[in-house]
Amino acid sequence: MKHKIYIQDVTLRDGMHAIRHQYGQEKIKEIAIALDKAGVDAIEISHGDGLAGGSFNYGFGKHTDWEWLEGINEVLDHACLTTLILPGIATIDDLKKARDLGVSSVRIATHCTEADIAPQHIEAAKKLGMDVGGFLMMAHMNDPEPLAQQAKIMEDAGADCVYVTDSAGALLMDGVIDRIKAFRDLLKDDTEIGIHCHHNLSLGVANTIVAYQHGANRLDASLAGMGAGAGNCPLEVLVAVLNKMDVDNNADVFQLMDIADDIIRPLQTRPVRVDRETLSLGYAGVYSSFLLHSERAAKKYGLDTRTILNELGKRKMVGGQEDMIVDVALDLLKQQSS
Amino acid sequence: MQKVNVAIIGSGNIGTDLMIKILRLSDRLSMSVLVGIDPESDGLARAKRMGVVTCHTGIDGLLEMPEWKDIKIIFDATSAKAHLYNWDKVKAFPDKKMIDLTPAAVGPYLVPPVNFGDNLEVSNVNMVTCGGQATIPIVAAVHQVAKVHYGEIVASIASKSAGPGTRANIDEFTETTAEAIEKVGGADRGKAIIVLNPAEPPLVMRDTVFTLSEQADREKITQSIHAMVQEVQKYVPGYQLHQEVQFDDIPASDPVFIEGLGLRHGLKTTVLLKVVGAGHYLPEYAGNLDIMTSAARATAERIAYRISD
Repeated sequence: MKHKIYIQDVTLRDGMHAIRHQYGQEKIKEIAIALDKAGVDAIEISHGDGLAGGSFNYGFGKHTDWEWLEGINEVLDHACLTTLILPGIATIDDLKKARDLGVSSVRIATHCTEADIAPQHIEAAKKLGMDVGGFLMMAHMNDPEPLAQQAKIMEDAGADCVYVTDSAGALLMDGVIDRIKAFRDLLKDDTEIGIHCHHNLSLGVANTIVAYQHGANRLDASLAGMGAGAGNCPLEVLVAVLNKMDVDNNADVFQLMDIADDIIRPLQTRPVRVDRETLSLGYAGVYSSFLLHSERAAKKYGLDTRTILNELGKRKMVGGQEDMIVDVALDLLKQQSS
Repeated sequence: MQKVNVAIIGSGNIGTDLMIKILRLSDRLSMSVLVGIDPESDGLARAKRMGVVTCHTGIDGLLEMPEWKDIKIIFDATSAKAHLYNWDKVKAFPDKKMIDLTPAAVGPYLVPPVNFGDNLEVSNVNMVTCGGQATIPIVAAVHQVAKVHYGEIVASIASKSAGPGTRANIDEFTETTAEAIEKVGGADRGKAIIVLNPAEPPLVMRDTVFTLSEQADREKITQSIHAMVQEVQKYVPGYQLHQEVQFDDIPASDPVFIEGLGLRHGLKTTVLLKVVGAGHYLPEYAGNLDIMTSAARATAERIAYRISD
């Protein structure tokens, strides 16, 4: 069964990380309307760490998720309004609030070995009548077959789609292909497969394309790559490549180019690009959202950001453990003085 | 001193670890019966090897046993749902107290060094969560010095130490812990986050506490935290400050936006903790198991002290 290509924009969720969750309400609405006009299939909005992510640990947002989501569904003509939650941070009550604000699709995200904390939320979302994606983060930390077993847990709980989520931007193209193939072999034909990339090794577009070629049909991307670390697969580039491959899709590449350059890039207080810090994320296999927190800790404690990132990778920290960044920085200081 | 007889319902990780602690460490509690529902469970087998009377037919079986009349304290290490059933049976006996280690929270939350004294006459107390036991004492320690507007905790536990009950009900952890940060810790608003880390070898439990309080003497806050850590160490020897207490100013010119509170400024305090387990039933990484069972044991011993006094 061939699923239709489905492009989900994450500028207003993953992109939150790049600007410390500081989008204004009007800006969110302006970008959402522009994305809808440009023909993306789904628009994801929430704090970068999902609903209820606002915290000391991940950074407080400029607004609550509810303020960001309010009134958006009403201005979208065809795009689906989506959001994301991490069990352990947000709860089913948060999911209900989002549904009441017009969110009709949700991704339930767990670390790539911990899918069994998600069934409660997946089942609740299905009962609320939502489209549900399972989102297996830090996918480079699990081998293809066991990762597919985790995807199966999410499928069994009712997920309509399961994602290979390369949160660290650490997967090479073969690594993506092997994981997508393992999903396709194990999951039911009518379960869709998704791909979510980070551009830390400059493979965001290439990895998304090879995933598509091996059976993924839900593709994540963001305008100008706006996202954690070196950003996500850049949306306007992805659509340009799909067009050149003659892959049928709903998006308008020229409109996307304009939004990316005219609206998104001017918002970036720290450039979203491959540089020594963001490359280090992909190289060391570290959660991309750790970037700004690590840069801040490096500045406060007089350390090199890369040293902190490498140590986080060595300690096998997973998504959500931002509190361990300061811990690592203090340990490194102790080592220096001893 | 006369020992007080106790029973434990639940023969999983928590119940079994608690049994071992009572047998090895307690001079006030006498381990009477371990109650399970699966005769083949590892916990019941362990109990038999250690010479403890067992029962595999749940609370109903326990009520029929000759040991029942002399049991004064019953620990419940089952599930929230099972606790409601168990409590319904036990509450008919006014001479018995129940210590609830499930998220049911029928009775008030109890964190031994913070609010034991407030719950002397209560016949059912709830032990919050592992993350709550590790962090709420710290929120309270800050609150003793400066009004805490907001308390946030992050508990990171080894995947291997999270049983199926925890995994299937992760919202119960975040919701229960957040509520207890407010009710017991004293914060106007609480937030709790739990992260499972599958690294091998398993990582020791880590807990981080962030508070936003009024501005106050940082030295006094640090002293209060150190004193509280020593209190917790009395019943959890592996509980430790992993780093010096960290402070940051949140100035009025650059406040944070906290859901439910609005824009706030003040003093941010960060406390990085580590909880090394005693290695009784699960290995040392499972500090989450250790702090929960140790808090329950400490509570029971204080109750026993009052009963035999």
